[in-house]
Amino acid sequence: MGIDNIIFLLAVSLGIGLFVRNSKRLSRAILQGKSIGKVDRKKERFLHMLRLAFGQQKMHKNLLVGVMHFVVYLGFILINIELVEILIDGIFGTHRVLSFLGVSYAIAISTFEVFAVSVIGAVVIFWFRRNVLIIARFRSAEMKGWPKLDANLILVIEVVLMLLFLTMNAADYALQLREEPQYPSSGHFLVSSLFAPLFDSWTTSSIVLVERSAWWAHILGILAFLNYLYYSKHLHILLAFPNTFYAQLTPKGQFASNEVVTKEVRAMLSMQEPNTAQEIERFGAKDVTDLSWLQLMNAYSCTECGRCTEACPANQTGKLLSPRKIMMDTRDRAEILTKSNLSTSIQEATLLDHHISREELWACTSCNACVEVCPIEINPLSIIMKMREYIVLEEAAAPADLNAMMANIENNGAPWAFNAQDRMNWVND
Amino acid sequence: MAECIRTQEVPEVLFWVGCAGSFDDRAKKVTKAFAKLLIDAKVSFAVLGQEESCSGDPAKRSGNEFLFQMQALSNIEVLNGYEVKNIVTTCPHCFNTLKNEYPSLGGNYKVLHHTEFLKQLIEEGRLTLNGGIFKGKRITYHDPCYLGRANEIYEAPRALIKKLDAELVEMRRCKKDALCCGAGGAQMFKEAEKGNKEINIERSEEVIETQTQLVAAACPFCNTMLSDGMTQKGSSVSVKDIAQLIAEAKDL
Repeated sequence: MGIDNIIFLLAVSLGIGLFVRNSKRLSRAILQGKSIGKVDRKKERFLHMLRLAFGQQKMHKNLLVGVMHFVVYLGFILINIELVEILIDGIFGTHRVLSFLGVSYAIAISTFEVFAVSVIGAVVIFWFRRNVLIIARFRSAEMKGWPKLDANLILVIEVVLMLLFLTMNAADYALQLREEPQYPSSGHFLVSSLFAPLFDSWTTSSIVLVERSAWWAHILGILAFLNYLYYSKHLHILLAFPNTFYAQLTPKGQFASNEVVTKEVRAMLSMQEPNTAQEIERFGAKDVTDLSWLQLMNAYSCTECGRCTEACPANQTGKLLSPRKIMMDTRDRAEILTKSNLSTSIQEATLLDHHISREELWACTSCNACVEVCPIEINPLSIIMKMREYIVLEEAAAPADLNAMMANIENNGAPWAFNAQDRMNWVND
Repeated sequence: MAECIRTQEVPEVLFWVGCAGSFDDRAKKVTKAFAKLLIDAKVSFAVLGQEESCSGDPAKRSGNEFLFQMQALSNIEVLNGYEVKNIVTTCPHCFNTLKNEYPSLGGNYKVLHHTEFLKQLIEEGRLTLNGGIFKGKRITYHDPCYLGRANEIYEAPRALIKKLDAELVEMRRCKKDALCCGAGGAQMFKEAEKGNKEINIERSEEVIETQTQLVAAACPFCNTMLSDGMTQKGSSVSVKDIAQLIAEAKDL
């Protein structure tokens, strides 16, 4: 084992170690949320996950975007198969250890290369859509600064990783043609072989340098990207799976009911003895810790594509509400709370008011367009409703019109001030 | 319903009229049209009358889970007291609440929206419909959020419009992608938040784009929002519930 194998092993261990640390931080952040109780219909959920996360069913609404997204996704998965070989080579100092497979090896590498080129093509189009075309959802208020940079960084990193992969292969192929003993023939690489002639005038040692640099940069880049995920919106590549698995399978119109309230209301209606030992809990959500872990996972899964905001009737008509911002704010706040040594002012800055304003919450029509359109079934509406519940039950601070409506329901069993005795008037009208 | 108990009659279905259906002038016409259709199809039905109370939907969507459950639990007590099994309602909000949110509180009923029920009556041959005045007319349909996305009922209302021998013209955004009328989530009862347009105007403009003269609704709130939108746009497009269209086609 040479020094470079030891460096390789250290780099991989460091990359994976950091990823484990990030995963723990992520799960701590998500588990700040409340329990969601027992999960039913597991088989159905699994199939649902296959359709939405693997099959990306909802992405194909816009066919061009859907296909390109699928190519990038499939390309990444396939090209990462190559990682197996890179790991073995790196640890044991071998070179293209799987090339003994012969023709099938060349076919596999060629396929990966075709995908790499397709990924580059798709990513360039994505970059163009995001930065050149005027697509409203990429230009909302919440997409300034870091979120925009993050999105572009991801695209750049993807292109760079693909280029490194192709460069590594092209240089390798050029060296194979020179019959360098270190670079035994591994078959014909479909794409990179086209670029190999570019190295014709180079010295062998320069080509070796290019090949080695690309190889190292490729693997180090992958390890770095793996650890970039936690700081980025790109976590969806992992969290889309649990997110769709735990998504609501019951009709979207069915909002969760609060069992603590049920007990109290039953006691009030003298249907059951009041439970005096009832622990006092906050109704609704003022902060992320009042939400469920599923709602927090939703927030970490969000890749800020903005389909929800684009579909939101309130947002389309110029209101402050943006469902995507609800998710981004939830994530930002959950992230802040994982940090130790917080100043009091930050600790007291709750999700409500300091991140999400009441005006945003009261603009929602609960139409479910945001939930329907989300490719990975994130539910911003459930967070909005939980926060309204806090405002109304804990602060009694609903807009005046709604207070009047609720008073009517209490007084005369209808949201308007009509007498219950007039309920049958329609018969004779 | 109390009357049924006295005469020991068991009605086939309870017609949950809803607050809009009881008190709102436009919605009352829908209530009446639907009742006429039920009578025409010889469906024995009852209403709760004064014993009916708000389903609790606007309270829950406003965040008042307490008031919602008060309403729900007392309604369930009444419904269970009458041993109600089948409910039909012309309001998608009541429909959604009764169907989806009452079971966990002890209210288990087979709840149908009136468009589903009417479709069923036609299929069973109990309600006949032969084109009538809407034959060949271009009609568009507005999906109510609480019927469509919330409960995935897209086909029943459309099937009924086709039964009118009318040409169904879809709006730019329909079915899963339909744009809300702006009334859901208790917005019906409050001023809209600051913006640059009212949602019902945005939707009304989509209706006008279809160049139809008639938009079919299936929800009392959508009905109000679109009617107001048409008035504000100075448009001559009329807004009617599907039950009204069928009743008119049958000249009831």
